[in-house]
Amino acid sequence: MRDVLLTVVRGLGFGSVYALLAVSFVIIYKSSKVVSFAQPALMLAGAVLVSYLAGPVGFYLAVPLAAIAIAMLGWGLERTTIRPMIGRPVFVVAIITLGLDIAIRVVVNVFIGPDVRNVGDPWGLSTVDVLGLPVQERYIAMAVVLLVVGAGLFAFFRYSRYGLAMRASSLDQETALVQGVPVGSMTALAWAMAAGIAAVAGAFVGAGGGVDQSTWVIALKALPAIIIGGLDSIGGAVVGGLLVGLVESFFATYQGEYLPFLGQNFSLVSPYVLLLVVLLVRPYGLFGTREVERV
Amino acid sequence: MLAVSNLEVVYDDVVLVLRGVSLEVPDGKIVGLLGANGAGKTTLLRALSGLLDIHHGAVTRGQITLDGERIDHLDPQQVVARGISQVLEGRRVFGEFSVEENLRVGAHTRPKDRAANLERVYDLFPRLLERRTQAAGYLSGGEQQMLAMGRAMMSSPRYLLLDEPSLGLAPQLVGSIRDLISQINEQGTTVLLVEQNASMALSISDHGYVLETGRVVMDKPAQELLDDSDIQEFYLGLGAEGERSFRDVKHYKRRKRWLS
Repeated sequence: MRDVLLTVVRGLGFGSVYALLAVSFVIIYKSSKVVSFAQPALMLAGAVLVSYLAGPVGFYLAVPLAAIAIAMLGWGLERTTIRPMIGRPVFVVAIITLGLDIAIRVVVNVFIGPDVRNVGDPWGLSTVDVLGLPVQERYIAMAVVLLVVGAGLFAFFRYSRYGLAMRASSLDQETALVQGVPVGSMTALAWAMAAGIAAVAGAFVGAGGGVDQSTWVIALKALPAIIIGGLDSIGGAVVGGLLVGLVESFFATYQGEYLPFLGQNFSLVSPYVLLLVVLLVRPYGLFGTREVERV
Repeated sequence: MLAVSNLEVVYDDVVLVLRGVSLEVPDGKIVGLLGANGAGKTTLLRALSGLLDIHHGAVTRGQITLDGERIDHLDPQQVVARGISQVLEGRRVFGEFSVEENLRVGAHTRPKDRAANLERVYDLFPRLLERRTQAAGYLSGGEQQMLAMGRAMMSSPRYLLLDEPSLGLAPQLVGSIRDLISQINEQGTTVLLVEQNASMALSISDHGYVLETGRVVMDKPAQELLDDSDIQEFYLGLGAEGERSFRDVKHYKRRKRWLS
């Protein structure tokens, strides 16, 4: 029982980070119908920036500062490389994001160097006692950040003028334009938000273990998460991320014991198995929208 | 006053759609713009609200002025901010949004007047108040048209541009939409009403224009247009001898050359 609970906690912890990353994919997807493959690089850039800033200003201030800086980078990327591509096939834009990812990572790698960089988080691997369970503090921090960011985004998209305008732009650009919504700026805002969130996720990916040049791969775990949740649903991205975390965690704990023939480290691919199962049952994801249409 | 003079619009640098259109929309009036499919009605509205860009169109000659100030080449949001609000053809409500969320998007440029405008729109369209939390995609066609008009009113426009509000609606609903349009006009909003349903448009318009293949071929007070025999025959379907023969149509085309 204790093993199960610890597995759940670890799954929810990492799942929270995957959820944040998934949310950043979904925000861009909603605004421009593109899966941005630049998110892994933005996440890594955020983590590295935090690792440099944490020394002088402390981790708690470094995270928001890095988020703002990376958000501005995201804004700039949209203006310079995505905006001119409006009207081009989505495929082209996706490839451009792939190029951006590689370019950014090359630069960021210089700052990482050959070793693991510590992001300067205050938790490390230390645990705190919760109802008799030794729970790692970083998992709690990850979950709290997901809660805060998730609640903030929910309120933003539901109640604020700009959130509503962003959703409207993603549904029907021409109609949004006629309402006086500056659709182009909404896309740039989406990129900024997504980049900022990816940077925050990066800081927490590094918490406890640090970041190195291969850390970006973790961001790809968000892909099964968003497909499971439905590409255009932020709530779905959160649930998808948590599910991916849980499945991965359970496979890591129990697969060696019960399914040894799958080999070692099957947990790494387990999210994709989950993805297959979900898509077979609900092809548009758990929370994706089937179009509301009046005929 | 909103004025268009000698406007020429070209799509994709090659397709000439408007060939020197001039018209005036005086404050406080309803101006009807009639024309068949492909006459250029929607293009004219796009030019007015700054939507040509996204359709790869451009104003190549002429100008659009609002109280003497040129407004062609403005962004759509700048046009809305100047008090010109358009309802697109086919209603185009945000189907996944609730009725009230649709209206809130309409208030994007006027966040301060949102509460007052919301009240005004619900007064005009009590049906929307009943359905304010429902998804707009599930409203009936007439209700969606009301929502689209209400959403446009949320930016407190001086000028309301309506593109075929009667499209696809039952005759009875067309009547109530017509009444709503004149009600909006009485409350002080100038209306440019683009319609294929000529009898509906002319029955509430003060002045009417007829657009054919990118040119204004008639420009008269609405009552005179209603009495015009060509309009009666070709737009109101009141031809004396039932079916129109091919000869009659040719005859009309010859007369049209006189007009333009």
